[in-house]
Amino acid sequence: MAQATADHGEHEATTTGLNHRKMLMWAFLGSDCMFFGSLIATYLVYKGRSLEGPLPIDVFSIPTTSVSTFVLLMSSMSMVLAYSALRRNRMKTFRVWLASTAIMGMTFLAFQVFEFRVFANHEVVVDCHAPIGELSIVELSVRNDKTVGCEATGHDEVEKQVGLTPKTNLFGSTFFTLTGFHGAHVTLGVIWLLTMFFLSFKKGMVTPERNLDLDLAALYWHFVDIVWIIIFTVVYLFGVFPGFA
Amino acid sequence: MASAVGAVGAAGHASTESGVWSWITTVDHKRIGILYGVSAILFFLLGGSEAFLIRMQLASADADLISSGVFSQLFTMHALTMVFLAIMPLGAAFFNFLIPLQIGARDVAFPRLNALSYWLFLFGAILLNSSFVFGGAPDAGWFAYANLTSSTYSPGDSMDYFTLGLLVLGISSLAAALNFVVTILNMRAPGMTLMRMPVFTWMALVVSFLLVFALPILTVGLIELLFWRFFDMPFFSAEFGGDPLLWQHIFWLFGHPEVYILILPAMGIVSEILPTFSRKPLFGYTAVVFAGVSIAFLGFAVWAHHMFTVGLGPVAIAAFSASTMLIAVPTGIKVFNWMGTIWGGSLDLRTPMLFAIGFIALFTIGGLSGVMHAAASSDAQQQDTYFIVAHIHYVLFGGAIVAVIGGIYYWFPKFSGHMYNETVGKINFWLMFLGMNLTFFPMHFLGLDGMPRRIYTYDANMGWDLWNGVATMGSLVLGLSFLIFIYNMVTSWLNGEPAEADPWDGRTLEWSIASPPPEYNFEEIPIVYDRDAWWAEKRGKVQHGVPVGGGSGEEEHSIHMPQPSYWPIVVSIGLIIASYGLVYNSGNFIVATIGLLVGIFGVYAWSFEPVNDPE
Ligand SMILES: [Cu+2]
Repeated sequence: MAQATADHGEHEATTTGLNHRKMLMWAFLGSDCMFFGSLIATYLVYKGRSLEGPLPIDVFSIPTTSVSTFVLLMSSMSMVLAYSALRRNRMKTFRVWLASTAIMGMTFLAFQVFEFRVFANHEVVVDCHAPIGELSIVELSVRNDKTVGCEATGHDEVEKQVGLTPKTNLFGSTFFTLTGFHGAHVTLGVIWLLTMFFLSFKKGMVTPERNLDLDLAALYWHFVDIVWIIIFTVVYLFGVFPGFA
Repeated sequence: MASAVGAVGAAGHASTESGVWSWITTVDHKRIGILYGVSAILFFLLGGSEAFLIRMQLASADADLISSGVFSQLFTMHALTMVFLAIMPLGAAFFNFLIPLQIGARDVAFPRLNALSYWLFLFGAILLNSSFVFGGAPDAGWFAYANLTSSTYSPGDSMDYFTLGLLVLGISSLAAALNFVVTILNMRAPGMTLMRMPVFTWMALVVSFLLVFALPILTVGLIELLFWRFFDMPFFSAEFGGDPLLWQHIFWLFGHPEVYILILPAMGIVSEILPTFSRKPLFGYTAVVFAGVSIAFLGFAVWAHHMFTVGLGPVAIAAFSASTMLIAVPTGIKVFNWMGTIWGGSLDLRTPMLFAIGFIALFTIGGLSGVMHAAASSDAQQQDTYFIVAHIHYVLFGGAIVAVIGGIYYWFPKFSGHMYNETVGKINFWLMFLGMNLTFFPMHFLGLDGMPRRIYTYDANMGWDLWNGVATMGSLVLGLSFLIFIYNMVTSWLNGEPAEADPWDGRTLEWSIASPPPEYNFEEIPIVYDRDAWWAEKRGKVQHGVPVGGGSGEEEHSIHMPQPSYWPIVVSIGLIIASYGLVYNSGNFIVATIGLLVGIFGVYAWSFEPVNDPE
């Protein structure tokens, strides 16, 4: 059965020479580009239009997200190594690299969950002696808060939890929707990779002759990775760097 | 060749069987095409009945046949039904049935994905329409403008049915489009270069690409609408700084390519009918193809012409006005090429030809009023009046539907194996042509006279009685022409004369095989030497088919047909359970999760189902 599938699936003559499933994947990714493109466009249209904080500059931690971005980038490399190992029929090496890819994907997701939680519990501390002109929207709102603000309490420093959730402001809605759907794509990729990992222990399911299965997963994985690079640049870096923020 | 037939007979695949189960599990593109077609016609009747109720209410001033609330549901559901449940699936029916036949293939690239598309379409359609029973249908117009759709102004479930119904239908269309892209690019018979493809297949390719790139935009809009309603995320809330106009931009960025998704299949059909009955090749094939492609590209750059009156500013309005007028150029090229095809031909005015010529006339009228709206200052007068209603019905009824009906007549012998009744067909055409103009032409006058769209009644001294009365009379004629159409289809399918393989002296490959085609379509995969491949062969160009089964060294040639599968319907059921679970979530998502798990289980089972088991 497996052999029959392989024969049909991978060595079938096609008009363009490109395998059907691979072309399907390319076309789907083209469609997915428009999907993420629309989400990013929504984010950009609403950038700077939130009426209250927190804003990107308040919550983003570029060092933290750089680490998770690096991990995701490295997972693309291990994906390539896994594919190369499979083609050379080094099953053990293949499994090691495949598992590392999945683990790095999960690490990225863990970072994302952590980040979302930190954003949701964001605390703002305001020095009551700082010039008002230097305060951000959210700092100003804490400073002038009727119960815990500077005037109300008379303290030198006041603090308040101002969490960022999808409901908080336009930034929250567009940010969580965009990164949430990216996270969902990574999750799907991790499930796919883990499925292939476990299938590789079953005879004849993951073989050098059937490397197309892995090739498709890899194509998807690299795409999701590239989308993240765009999100990291457009959302995170442009969100905090002076001149863009 | 004989051995090939023998092998097929001996294999005895299940999908040659009849019975309900064989249709539920079918992955045969011809059967799926017929399922699409029959379902779409049924939904067309539903949408038509909604329109008929609207016309009855508007027939005279101050009528109170229907309440204003129900009226809003009717015009919303009429548009949604006609666009998403009738014209698009009718296009899909033709794509399914014809593409593999026209390119000389045995089936589409992914037969089970094809079945999934159909079942998702059917269930999505039922989901959307079930809102009538469960507390009221969507009533915010088919474009569902924010703020009408907010949980404040649409507090019930109706807009959730809209959102989820369209999401499910979107997945269905996307899956179908991806499938057709791969099928057309990758499964052409040897020798069929892109510029030898039948124009219908070309248009199918263009439409599929349009769907691939336009649908995700709508998906994002629907997701934002859903999150806005379910989770209070302030996407379109002005009090949070959000912009209700963002929805309009997103919707029309999808919505304008969508109108080409609706009309290009019709243009493809007409480009097949006209040359056959003019006994001439299509005039300016290359120009027609490239006009279709450039329409698709331009279609993404004109969306704001639906928003001329929202205050975009003069620069944007001028730019979108110009880009919209630009579309008239490729469209005009097509119209002139169709006329060039008829010019000097020896015309055979059978029913399909009448419909094709009727299409050119009616579509041109709709196109002309379209150019009128492209001029923004003129559009400011016409916006939201019956003039727009007249325009859209000339292009979508006079254009898309008339061509599709013509196409059904043209290929009726091929898919049913019977001849339709020519006399009844001609009566059908003339009644439809008359009814169509009687219904929709007066709407131009009403619109110019200031009658707004989407009003459920009007005052007697507005002076709109006469033309409204005429339009309603026209809709009766239209309804009658449809009953005649259905009568012709049903009686001909049951008792019509058996059809020959090639009753029209056709040009394309589907006419080279029996009517109806055998399950495996082609005994030998044809080799294509020219455009109009079948004409070329009949006129003596040598053509040897490629023996089936691939390798020439094999002793026995067997045709492996895809096996039936019930996983597509299982996945579809899972997604529909999930959708109902989301509509009635009441804070928890247990039912939605169960539905999703059923879907995921189905996908896994699907992936591990042996597909090409040689038995
Ligand atoms: Cu438009």
